[in-house]
Amino acid sequence: MADKVRKTATEALNGVLRDGMTIMAGGFGLCGIPENLIAAIREAGVKDLTVVSNNCGIDDFGLGILLAGGQIKKMISSYVGENKLFEKLYLSGELELEFNPQGTLAERIRAGGAGIPAFFTKTGVGTLVAEGKEVREFEGELYVMERGLKADLSIVKAWKGDAEGNLVYRKTARNFNPMMATAGAVTVAEVEQLVEIGQLEPDHIATPGIFVDHILQGAVYEKRIERTTTRLREAAQQAEHV
Amino acid sequence: MAWTREDMAARAARELKDGFYVNLGIGIPTLVANYIPEGMQVTLQSENGMLGMGPFPYEGEADPDLINAGKQTITELDSSSYFSSADSFAMIRGGHINLSILGGMQVAENGDLANWMVPGKMVKGMGGAMDLVAGVKRVVVVMEHSEKSGAPKLLKRCNLPLTGAGVVDLLITDLGVFEIGGGAVRLTELATGATLDEVKAKTEADFAVAL
Repeated sequence: MADKVRKTATEALNGVLRDGMTIMAGGFGLCGIPENLIAAIREAGVKDLTVVSNNCGIDDFGLGILLAGGQIKKMISSYVGENKLFEKLYLSGELELEFNPQGTLAERIRAGGAGIPAFFTKTGVGTLVAEGKEVREFEGELYVMERGLKADLSIVKAWKGDAEGNLVYRKTARNFNPMMATAGAVTVAEVEQLVEIGQLEPDHIATPGIFVDHILQGAVYEKRIERTTTRLREAAQQAEHV
Repeated sequence: MAWTREDMAARAARELKDGFYVNLGIGIPTLVANYIPEGMQVTLQSENGMLGMGPFPYEGEADPDLINAGKQTITELDSSSYFSSADSFAMIRGGHINLSILGGMQVAENGDLANWMVPGKMVKGMGGAMDLVAGVKRVVVVMEHSEKSGAPKLLKRCNLPLTGAGVVDLLITDLGVFEIGGGAVRLTELATGATLDEVKAKTEADFAVAL
């Protein structure tokens, strides 16, 4: 069996990174992002990256640190509202941006990893998103053709994993990670706990190891929260502390 | 004095039915969760991958792995489930969600909705809104009736880029409730304190009155 386990994020990315490559990065907001692998890409300094990710982190965390390092040429995302640097770079023309509806983005990645070059969806018909794309009628309704999406490298984050590359996610930190794991020519997974073979319940594995080339246990997990919202114990009243 | 944000959320909550699976957008739609009638079972879907959203956590119990689509920390219920973004949008696009309640910038009399970009300004992105309006069975929009400048938002045609074409079924504003369908708009309820003359003065779209 090929040994997939790597000691560090830097070691896992050794020989994989190059300027101009396309990288998929899992996560929704700051939830379920591969924070150790992002930091290693920051350190490696590769440039002109096209990054496929639902969001682009915040100014000083997540993919935001690659923006700050001037490493990203283009983003393919559904929502980038949390990032001020993003706005500045985009408005000054230093950053290209392709918006995909969130479900279309998820399905493009799923399709890319599943060997499906294109599919038809109702989402975006009659909007800017459908411009320049084939629109076809099925059973009396219009659908727009969207292309499957693949990447040179996918970086994903899971809760637990084993040496086979099997991954188990936790709560809403799953999000885009399972599809992205299938769509990378090379997929690197970081996990909070790298466990012995046999310790994962096979029924609970969301990403089978066949999709994962390298796996590492992250050195540190900050797991920053974007918006902590809580309620008071005394009352049912809800309060928000941003 | 017309309806407040809370009044609009409470009115939107009357669109809920027992057993519904519902997706609530950011802003006023989020408040609808506070008005689910006692004894009614409504399951809230969060498009980042959760069915059965619970309330905000108690202080000190926030879990970074558990957020809603607005990136707020939330909690799970005994009945909750988690899934990938692809599965989440299979629910949405596949017509399995009964009701989507979301905000709007403009609504047109043909049911067009614009709520994701203003050309020339920073565009944050459409997130899941385009998928929701395309795939969910019933779409309810909750928005202020007029812009801060006083410009109308219920129009003959939207002049902002669309989120979806012909997708809105019901519009709730601070002035009233409008049913939209078949290319026509019907005013079915006036907000407390609003008058028909006021609605007419602040609306560009043609509408029938069915109070």
